[in-house]
Amino acid sequence: MQSAITSSDITSFASLAPAYPELLLAVGTVVLLLIALFWKSHRSGVIAGVAIVLLIATFALLVMQPGDAVLFNGVFIVDGFARYMKALVLGGAAFILLISLSSAREHGLDKFEYSILILLATLGMMVMVSANDLMSLYVGLELQSLALYVVAAMKRDDSKATEAGLKYFVLGALSSGMLLYGASLVYGFTGTTQIDQIVNAITAENRSIGLIFGMVFLLAGIAFKISAVPFHMWTPDVYEGAPTPVTAFFAAAPKVAAMALFVRVTMVSFESVTRDWQQIVIFLSIASMGLAAFAAIGQNNLKRLMAYSSIGHVGFALVGLSAGTITGAEGVAVYMAIYVAMTVGVFACLLSFKTADGSPIETIGELAGLSRKRPFVAAIFAILMFSLIGLPPLAGFFAKWQVFLAAIEQGLFVLAVIGVLASAVSAFYYLRIVKVMYFDEPTHEFAAVPAELGAVMAGVGFVVVTYFVTVGAPLTAAAALAAGSL
Amino acid sequence: MTLPLFFFYVFSVIAVASALMVIASRNPVHSVLFLILTFVNASGLFMLAGAEFLALILIVVYVGAVAVLFLFVTMMLDVDFAEMRSGLLQYAPIGIVVGAIILLELLLVAGSFALAPEVTAIAMVPAPDGIENTRALGQLLYTRYVFLFQGAGAVLLVAMIGAIVLTLRHKTGVKRQDVFHQTGRSRAEGVELVKVKSGQGL
Repeated sequence: MQSAITSSDITSFASLAPAYPELLLAVGTVVLLLIALFWKSHRSGVIAGVAIVLLIATFALLVMQPGDAVLFNGVFIVDGFARYMKALVLGGAAFILLISLSSAREHGLDKFEYSILILLATLGMMVMVSANDLMSLYVGLELQSLALYVVAAMKRDDSKATEAGLKYFVLGALSSGMLLYGASLVYGFTGTTQIDQIVNAITAENRSIGLIFGMVFLLAGIAFKISAVPFHMWTPDVYEGAPTPVTAFFAAAPKVAAMALFVRVTMVSFESVTRDWQQIVIFLSIASMGLAAFAAIGQNNLKRLMAYSSIGHVGFALVGLSAGTITGAEGVAVYMAIYVAMTVGVFACLLSFKTADGSPIETIGELAGLSRKRPFVAAIFAILMFSLIGLPPLAGFFAKWQVFLAAIEQGLFVLAVIGVLASAVSAFYYLRIVKVMYFDEPTHEFAAVPAELGAVMAGVGFVVVTYFVTVGAPLTAAAALAAGSL
Repeated sequence: MTLPLFFFYVFSVIAVASALMVIASRNPVHSVLFLILTFVNASGLFMLAGAEFLALILIVVYVGAVAVLFLFVTMMLDVDFAEMRSGLLQYAPIGIVVGAIILLELLLVAGSFALAPEVTAIAMVPAPDGIENTRALGQLLYTRYVFLFQGAGAVLLVAMIGAIVLTLRHKTGVKRQDVFHQTGRSRAEGVELVKVKSGQGL
C-alpha cells in the first residue's frame, strides 16, 4: 500500500512520452488562449487556423507514438484502439473547425473562445478514449461535455441556441449522474475502479446483481452521450438549435469518443459477463435503428433530419458491438471512421447551402433545383445520401457490411435482418432529398460555395466513392489492429 | 484524567454548547459568531484525533471563508427574524413528528447495521507510518492521481471560460477611462482657440 501511495511511475520527462499528444494539446491550448487574450487585435479566423495546426501537430505526434503503455498509476492507457479512435477524434475536430471558418460570423462563433473550447473538448475526448479507470473516464467526459454545453449556447441572442444549450446541459448532467451512480456500484462490488482490473473481479458464475445494476447504469450514462434510443430525446432539439458548425462537431467527434468508451468498458471490463451486456446493446441497437428510420420520415428541417440519421447510425455501429467479438469491435472502428468522414462531408454541404442573399437554408424544400444551380454540391450531397443509405460501392455500404458480418458470425440473424430493413426504410428520407435537389423546379438562387468547403466536399466525395480501391484496405487493417489490442 | 482527555471534554462541551447557541440566540449575527466558535472547537477535536490537515483546513476554509461569507450575508440581508419565528409554535407539532420519524429510521438503520467480520483487517489506515497526513494527502493528490488532478483543473478552466463567454457583454458606446490617452494628450488637441466676433456670440 505504501509504495502505491508514495511512488509514481512518472520519474522523468521522458517517461511521459505516451501522453505527449495530450500534453501538447493541453499546453498548446493554454498558450493559444493567452495569446488570444493579450493580442487585442487578433482575428478569430487566425486563432481557428492556429487551432487547426495544433490539432494536426497532435495528430502527427499521435501517429509517431511508439508502443503501448499504461501511465499515471494505471489511470491512462495508450494502445492501438486508443490511438485509432484518437486519430478519428482529432481528424474530425480539425475538419469541423476548417468547415466552420467561412460561416463563423453568421453563427455567432467568430470569437476566439470557440476554437479554444473546441480544443479543450477534443482534449477531453482524448482523455475519454485513453481512460483506463472509471475516474479518468469521468474527468474526460466532463471536460468534453462542459465545453460542448458552452459551445452550444454560445450564440446568446438566439433563443433556440440558448434552449439547445440548456437542454443539453440538464440532460447531460442527468446522464453524468447515472454514470457516476453506476460507477460507484461497480466500484463497490468489485473493489477497483481500474477498467482492466474490474474484469478480474467478475466471473460469469458468481456475478452479483449489484454489479449488473451498476453496469446497466454505467452503460445508460454512456448511451446518453452516443444518443442511442431510448436516451436520444435531447438530440433532435440540440442539433436543430445549436449553430450548424457546432451541430457538425456534435455529430462527429464526441460520438466517436463515447463509442470508444462504450467499446472499451464493455469489451474489457465486462468481458466475463458478455451475455448480460449483449442484450442491452442489442436492444439499444434495434431501438435506435428502428426509431431513427421512422421518425426521420416526417422531418423537414435538415439538421433535425441529420440528428435522426446520426441516431440511426449509432444503432448500426452498435450492431457490431452486439456481437461481442474482436470482429465486432473492428466493425465498430471501421463504421465510426466512415461515419465521421460522411458527417464532415454532409455538414460541409449543409454549411454551403445558402440563398443568394446569404441566408442559410435549413429545410429540405428550399433545396429544390439545387442540381441546376450548383451541380457540384448537389452531386456530392447526393453521393453522401446514397452512402448514408449504404448502397454499394460507396463507403457506407462497406461500413454496414462489416458490422452485419460480425453479427451474423455470432448467429445474430434477427438483428442483422432488422438492420437491413431499417436501412431500407431510411432510404426513403435520404432519397427524398435527392429527389428534391434533382427533380424539383428551383425557386431561388443559391450562393457560391467557399473554396475550403468545396475542397472538403471533393475530398470526402472522392474517398466515399473510391473507398474500396483507395482507403478501404488500409483502414480495415488499422481497425483490425486497433480492435486486436483491446 | 489525562491531558488529551481533558481537552477532548473541553472542546466537545464548548462545541455542543455553542452549536446550541447557534439556533437559540436571538441575534443572527451572534448565531454566526457561535457557528465560528463551533468550527474552532471541532477543529480542536480533529487535532486531538490526529487529523491535523483537516483541523487546519476547517479553520482556513470554514472559519476564514464560509463563516465570514455567512456573516456578510446575514448583515446585508434585512430579514425580520422576529416575524419569521412567529409561526414557530404553530408548526412545532409537525416538526416534532418529522423529527421523530427520522430518529426512528436512524435507530432502525443503526440497530440492524453490522460490519463484515473482515472489515477491520482490510480497512485502510489513515496514513502509512511515518507519514503525516498532510503529506499523505499530497502524495495521493499530486503524485498518484496527478493526472486526474490536472484533468479536474482543465474542467475548471472550461467552466471559467464558459462563464465568461456566456455572460460577458461588451457594451458599445460606453466611455471608459484610458489613463495613457488622458496623460498623452497635447495642448493642441485639448485647447481650441476661437475668435469670437464682437456682438455675435458663439
